[in-house]
Amino acid sequence: MRLIDSESPRIKELKFIWKRLRSSPLSLAGLAIIIFFTLIAIFAPVLAPPRGGRDPYMMPRFGFSPTPRPPSPEAIFGTTEGQYDLYYGIIWGTRTAYRIGLLVVLASALVGIVIGSIAGYYKGVIDEVLMRITDIFLAFPSLILAMAFVVAFGRSLDSVTLALIIVSWPSYARLIRGEVLKVTAEDFVEAAKAVGCSDFRVIVKHVLPNTIFPLLVMASLDIGSIVLTAAALSFLGLGAPTGYSDWGQIISLSRNWITGAPGNPFAYWHTYIIPGVFLFLFVMGWNLLGDALRDALDPMMRRR
Amino acid sequence: MNSMLDNAEKLRVKDLIVRFYTYEGIVKAVEKANLNLIKGETLGIVGETGSGKSVTALTIMALTPPPGKVEGGSILFQRATGEVVDILKLNEAVLLKIRGKEISMIFQEPNAALDPLYTVGDQIAEALLTHRRAEMLEAARELEAVESRGLWKILKNIPYFRERFKEKLLKKAAHKEIIELLRLMEIPDPERIINAYPHELSGGMQQRIVIAIALACSPAVLLADEPTTNLDVTVQAQILDLIRRLKERFKTSVIYITHDMGVIAELSDRVAVMYAGNVVEVAPTREIFKNPLHPYTKALLDSIPRPGSPFKSIPGIVPNLVNPPSGCRFHPRCSYVMDRCIEGTPPLIEVSKGHYVACFLHGGA
Repeated sequence: MRLIDSESPRIKELKFIWKRLRSSPLSLAGLAIIIFFTLIAIFAPVLAPPRGGRDPYMMPRFGFSPTPRPPSPEAIFGTTEGQYDLYYGIIWGTRTAYRIGLLVVLASALVGIVIGSIAGYYKGVIDEVLMRITDIFLAFPSLILAMAFVVAFGRSLDSVTLALIIVSWPSYARLIRGEVLKVTAEDFVEAAKAVGCSDFRVIVKHVLPNTIFPLLVMASLDIGSIVLTAAALSFLGLGAPTGYSDWGQIISLSRNWITGAPGNPFAYWHTYIIPGVFLFLFVMGWNLLGDALRDALDPMMRRR
Repeated sequence: MNSMLDNAEKLRVKDLIVRFYTYEGIVKAVEKANLNLIKGETLGIVGETGSGKSVTALTIMALTPPPGKVEGGSILFQRATGEVVDILKLNEAVLLKIRGKEISMIFQEPNAALDPLYTVGDQIAEALLTHRRAEMLEAARELEAVESRGLWKILKNIPYFRERFKEKLLKKAAHKEIIELLRLMEIPDPERIINAYPHELSGGMQQRIVIAIALACSPAVLLADEPTTNLDVTVQAQILDLIRRLKERFKTSVIYITHDMGVIAELSDRVAVMYAGNVVEVAPTREIFKNPLHPYTKALLDSIPRPGSPFKSIPGIVPNLVNPPSGCRFHPRCSYVMDRCIEGTPPLIEVSKGHYVACFLHGGA
């Protein structure tokens, strides 16, 4: 009888997760979509070369006429209001989506981890104070709160990012606090203290690694919805400046054309369908990946 | 220092009071407990669940579980330097140096005491590198010449990789030490076990690992909180044997907490009996079994099941510690109860050499 497999358990676990991901077509679809968007974001300068001397995130224009033009060989997705090149905007908008999604999720997860683990680990008054502050943020509808912050900071992509961080960290803090409360009740935390580990070491080495999986799942689900919220803010005219490659912005430009022309309601379909599909795919990709991660990492749902 | 330790004493718990502030009220978990630990001995602490044994042990490491608070008393401890300190008055920085190095602890459930995410080797290394880093660095330096080959020769000159290289050497140095420790724990095939995760090991194996972690830095005092309760009897015997031998080897004084009189008889030199947060009797092991004085100790010994005789239990239940009985806390269950037992608390007094008892039947004003 072999007591222990020769293969390292870490490798085994990764293989198992990979097997779980591979066995579900939806997970694979999610993964494929995310890889697709990542490649677009990386190769944006190749796919849509910027014109020299301009901010590459600003969409080039083919004139100044307000009426959008349908897809043509020179602008394969057509142009939207103000003759902005849709293809260019969508390609570079992928980078914008990633920047907002990753930045907001990373920053709010980080803030959430710090606040949540301090609250959950020290309990008592510290917990009470931190969680009541968290409650204040959670008490407002997040889109309204984000709008208020963007208005206060001034209209720009950076204020959108900051505003979204401010409204999304509380749910991470809550999640981590709950997990930390659960883990700190375990004997191995007491044992680590008895060995002489400082609080910091106990939290970083023993508590957090045991709480991080639910956070990974939540973060991957969040990247999609954060981008959606950012698009909503842009649509309301609170996001990037006009002409910036940002999907929400592009959809916002099509606002006047959704009803189409008299007798032809779909005359300007490309102005909202194309960016809409990209936004939809991006959000769905992250949702599928998040679900897949949950299936692969959640011990309750896995070995079945 | 308000009082000193005797020459032979390593640790003394004096009039310790620990209370838990809960919604139901103040739980008086430990009330004026007195204990002492002689160098090199094994002191057994017996008592029922909720008698304050574990709380006392954790408080000795200044790790009183919240919402518990130490409300009085002192815990005098002689450090490795010979200096006598009151553990309850030390700051966290000093405590971090004592925990795991001078006093360490074995937990009841080995399965829960090990972090499921790290290998056995990593967890022992943590104890080693927390307290014996200097020593390990020394050993690592010796390895440097051998390990500086190939890519490392160049990489170790780059600051970031120099740190990585140092970590690698430290791990290597610790590895040797860990294998040695695992061997001492009588673990078969240590080279393989070192890379195992806790869930891959049996309970007995896990407990050996927990003991290895506790002994990694040769502590002067080892607190064992019911380390064999969750193991089956044959494994239990092996672990007890191991603890006994390791105690000799590491010259460690042991406080062994259990509710099992059999284990006490087997292992300890002296016994302290706790009841509802009080230490009611302290005596050498032979003396306790031959000549128990406190009615509770007598009842406890009577309740050891023996073949052929009917099973006896102590009448009544363990008191609620939010509202403990007045006077002697055992009086509602005691068959020798007198009026003064209800009014006053009997002090722990020495009735014969080394035999202390807190009962009005045996003196006390």
